Amino acid sequence: MMSDTAPILDLHDVSTQFPVRNAWGRRVGWLRAVDAVSLSVGRGEILGVVGESGCGKTTLGKTIAGIHRPANGSIRFEGNEIGGLAANESRVLRRHLQYCYQDPGASLDPHWKIGRALEEPLVIHTSTSSAERRARVRDVLAAVGLPAGHLDLYPHEISGGQQRRVGLARILMLTPSLVVLDEPTSGLDVSVQATVLRLFLELRQRFDLTYLFISHDLAVVHLVSQRIAVMYLGKVVECGDTEQVFAAPAHPYTQSLLAAVPVVGGRRVTETFLLEGEPPSPGRLPSGCRFRTRCPRAEGRCAEEEPALRTLADGRTAACHFA
Amino acid sequence: MTADLLTVRDVSVSFATESGTARVLDAVNLSLRPGEIMGLVGESGCGKTTLARTILGALPPNAQVRGAGLEFAGRDLLRLDARTQATQMRGRAITFVPQDPFSAFNPLFSIGDQITELLRWKSPDRAPRRFGYPRARRRTDRARALALLRAVHLPDPERLLAKYPHELSGGQRQRVMIAMALLPEPRLVIADEPTTALDVTIQAQILKLLRTLANEHGASVLFTTHDLGTAWEICDRVTVMYAGQTLETAPIERFVRRPMVPYTRLLLDSLPSRNAALQGIPGDVPSLVSPPSGCRFHPRCPQASDLCRVERPPASVAEEGHLVSCHHPHMATQEAAAG
Repeated sequence: MMSDTAPILDLHDVSTQFPVRNAWGRRVGWLRAVDAVSLSVGRGEILGVVGESGCGKTTLGKTIAGIHRPANGSIRFEGNEIGGLAANESRVLRRHLQYCYQDPGASLDPHWKIGRALEEPLVIHTSTSSAERRARVRDVLAAVGLPAGHLDLYPHEISGGQQRRVGLARILMLTPSLVVLDEPTSGLDVSVQATVLRLFLELRQRFDLTYLFISHDLAVVHLVSQRIAVMYLGKVVECGDTEQVFAAPAHPYTQSLLAAVPVVGGRRVTETFLLEGEPPSPGRLPSGCRFRTRCPRAEGRCAEEEPALRTLADGRTAACHFA
Repeated sequence: MTADLLTVRDVSVSFATESGTARVLDAVNLSLRPGEIMGLVGESGCGKTTLARTILGALPPNAQVRGAGLEFAGRDLLRLDARTQATQMRGRAITFVPQDPFSAFNPLFSIGDQITELLRWKSPDRAPRRFGYPRARRRTDRARALALLRAVHLPDPERLLAKYPHELSGGQRQRVMIAMALLPEPRLVIADEPTTALDVTIQAQILKLLRTLANEHGASVLFTTHDLGTAWEICDRVTVMYAGQTLETAPIERFVRRPMVPYTRLLLDSLPSRNAALQGIPGDVPSLVSPPSGCRFHPRCPQASDLCRVERPPASVAEEGHLVSCHHPHMATQEAAAG
C-alpha cells in the first residue's frame, strides 16, 4: 500500500522492448523485457524488486532511470512525466533520480582524484561556486564514512570497499530523492554485505532517500524492504507488503521462489523442492500465463487466459487465477 | 571407521607475485571420508579454490607446494610424477565441476564431441589409445554418455549431443558438467562453487542432483562455496577457511548449531536471515603477501589475546568429528553458564 502522500514514482503500463535481429541484421521480432508493468513507490519507502535472471528487473530499473526508453506506458517521477522524453529533455527532471550499478566504485575514472570525481556532477548540473562545491563534497564524503584526506587520492590508492563508498557519495552529490540500486550486494561476502546494507540504510535516513532495491537475493530484500515486487519473464506477478508476501506468498511462482532459498539451520530445500524445468525463452513465451509451463497448479484455463494483476483481500496484488 | 579417502596434511602453497611471495595456503589440514560431501567454506580470497586446485594438481606453474603429505587412496599426490597425475588422477580418479560451465566448454565443438572426447581419454574401464578411435568404442561411449545425460534429467539427450554449448541454458550446461564429471567414475569430485552463477530455483535442482548422483556413484565430493546456505543443503561436514588457514571442521548440524571458533560464529551471524542488526565483521581480509603472525584472524577477532598474535593454534579435536584450530574456542559449557 502507498503512503498517504502522493507516490514519488508511479509506473503505469510500462513496457520496454528490444528488437530481435537475425544474422543479417533484419528485425524479426520484438522481445518484451518489461511487459505492462504498473508499480508505485511511496516517498521514503524501499521497494524490493526480485526475480531470477532474465525476468526484466534490471531493464525495469534502467527504464526508470532513462537508460532505456519505454515502448509505451507512463512513468511519473515527483509528479512529472519522464517516460517518453528524450535524454536531454528529461535531464533536469531526472537530476533527483539516480541509478546505482552493482559496484558503484568500478565506475570511477582511474586518472581522476576522488575530489574531482565527486565535484563533476555539480559542475554539470548546477551553477554553484567552487567553494560551495568543495563544502558539499566534504559533507557527503563524511556521510559515507570516509576522511577528508581521501579527496586527494586516486581510486587505486584506496581499498575496494572505500571505492564503493566513493561511488555512492558521487550518486548522492546531486541530492537525489530516488535511487535505483541494481544488485547492490551481489558478489559481496556476507560479512561485507551486512556493512554495505547498513550504510544504505544510514544514508537513506540522512538524505531522505527512497530506494528501488533490485536484487535476486531474497534474504537481503526481506531484511531491507518494506514492499516487494516479484517479477517473472517481464511481468510483475505479485506485489505487496514484504512481511505479508514472505509469510504467505499468493502466487505459485513466489511460493516456489521462496521455497528454493536455502535457510541455514532450517528445513532443507533439496529435500522438499518440487519446481521442475527452467523458465522459457523470453523470445518464445507460452500462451496465457507465463508461469504455466512450470506451475504445479496449472490447468487448461491458464493456457488460454492470461491472469490479470488483481488486488487481493489484504491489499497486495497477484496475477494468478487461483490466488 | 573406514580409512579416509583423502588426507591433506600441513600443505602450504605460495605464489611468487610482483609484490612478494603470497602465502595463499598456510599448513592446511583436511580429510575426506569415502562417499562424504565435504564443504569448504570461506569468503573470497580465503584459499578454498587454491586448495581444490592443489588436490586436483591443476595449479599454475608459479605455485610452490610444500607439505607433509596429500594422500589420496593410498598414494601421495605431492610426490606423484606429473604423468601419472595427468593420466590416472586428474580427470579420472579426481574430476572437477567448475563455477562457470560456459567457459569450461569449447564453444566450437558440439556437446556430444566433448563428451566422447572425454571418454576417449578418461574412460573408467580401459586405457586410452593414442591413435584412432574405433567405431565400436565410439558407439559404446555414446551410449554411456546418453545414459548419464538421462540421469541428470536433461530432456531429449540425443538431440542435445548435437548441440553447441551456447545453445544450452546455464542450468543445462551445469547438468552436462556434472554428467561429465561422473562419467570417468571418479572417487572424488571437486565442485568449485558449482551453483554460484545459477538462479535459486535452478540451484535447488542442481544441488539435489549432485547429492543423489554422488551417492549413487559412491563418489566423495569436495564442495567449495562462499554461501553457507548451499553448504547447509548438501554437505555432510564443513571446513571453514580464513586467509589460507583451516579454522574449524565439523558435521554440518554441529557446525550450524554449535560453532566454536569466533570467526565461524561471526560468519554465521552475518547471514541476512539471522542478522536483523546488520552486523558485519569489522576490518578487512589481510594481505596474503604479509599475513598477520600466529592465527591469521587475530586482528579482527574479538577474543584475540597475546598468544594468538604469536602462536598459530594447533588443530585439536573438541568432540567426535569436530576439529578446532583456536586458542579460545567457544565451549558449550560457557553457554550453559551464561544462559
